[in-house]
Amino acid sequence: MSQISMVVNGKRVSGTVEDRTLLVSFIRENQGLTGTHVGCDTSQCGACVVHVDGKAVKSCTMLAVQANGSEVTTLEGVASGGELHPVQAAFREHHGLQCGFCTPGMIMSAIDMINRHGAGNLDEATIRHELEGNICRCTGYQNIVKAIKAASDQMAGMAQAAE
Amino acid sequence: MYETTYHRAGSVADAAALLAKAEDAKLLSGGQTLLPTMKQRLAAPSDLIDVSRIAEMQGITDNGASISIGAATKHADVAGSTVVKQKLPGLAKLAGGIGDPAVRHMGTLGGSISNNDPAADYPAALLALGATITTSKRSLAADEFFTGLFETALDEDEIVVSVSFPVAQKSAYAKYPNPASRYAMAGVYVAKMGDGSVRVAVTGAGQGGVFRVPEMETALAGNFSASAVAGISVGADNLLSDIHGSNAYRANLVTVMAKRAVEAAG
Repeated sequence: MSQISMVVNGKRVSGTVEDRTLLVSFIRENQGLTGTHVGCDTSQCGACVVHVDGKAVKSCTMLAVQANGSEVTTLEGVASGGELHPVQAAFREHHGLQCGFCTPGMIMSAIDMINRHGAGNLDEATIRHELEGNICRCTGYQNIVKAIKAASDQMAGMAQAAE
Repeated sequence: MYETTYHRAGSVADAAALLAKAEDAKLLSGGQTLLPTMKQRLAAPSDLIDVSRIAEMQGITDNGASISIGAATKHADVAGSTVVKQKLPGLAKLAGGIGDPAVRHMGTLGGSISNNDPAADYPAALLALGATITTSKRSLAADEFFTGLFETALDEDEIVVSVSFPVAQKSAYAKYPNPASRYAMAGVYVAKMGDGSVRVAVTGAGQGGVFRVPEMETALAGNFSASAVAGISVGADNLLSDIHGSNAYRANLVTVMAKRAVEAAG
């Protein structure tokens, strides 16, 4: 067993876990944050994607102890002050989901993608390529891609307006 | 996953000491292969020694005629590195094609080559570029490092610290990924070195893991063009044959990927 401590969605949390505990189990079961999903549990589907120290990772393929001392952001941490994150808002606007099971991972991967490429710098081909590690079993990719493109463009506009 | 005990190593010496002390320890770097393997109970190490934060194993250094990359450097950092993109664009592209973005944020160079999965991408780059692997004990040439399927020349208590890649005149990698797993069904790295010699390494296809193709190397040294390798087949005898593809299919893929790699190298 290990005593671990990390910042989850801006809040310092700690707990005692078995060393074999996956980060996703710590998030869901220990922290009660069930927005992060377990889909395949074999690192293929990306439903469990969270950000660790600002980078998208599959939380089913990382031990909680590996994240000891890190900053973790889950889907619950991306909205601010009751207002949806632009990517969340775009998924709603463009209906970027069917059953919705993959949505948490899709949104976390989309935010990471926009962070890396810069808002406004994503075209459809890049988005599709970047979604290689996120599977939508309903195969509803069309609107997911549309939502990410819209969010990326809108965030570029917001950044411009802020200047 | 069976129970295990996690340790975070602060230095290479610290990791080596932990490795020597534990009953059946494994080094944990990005964990993108090891953790899935443990979840399937195909591996059950008593101890995990996390080397991912060791300072001596980080970073990318431009040494002029070579680039040195720390073993704990993530695939995403190699793919995004300005110096790698400028001097060894083929290597940057290879790193950017491993797994998916989330996997590339965790997976490391040292982890990939120490595991030596027959379908991993990095071994082809190391072998084709004639890289040198620095471990906690010695330096090894790529030609002596990869010894077989999931086998390397590493001793039980030996740790990969960094890899030095000679800067080629030109080099490129082409792979045919399995449509489901994205692992290479066949991947070919072609490098034309500073002295004009050419090295060709194949991953994903060989029964014994990554291997070189001397016939292609000779042909390309005389004429560095896709047509020079178009008629050269590695032969199916020593290639993998599984549900994803027969050995004859893979033999054909090797030639096609070699042509594409030569074209991409320019």
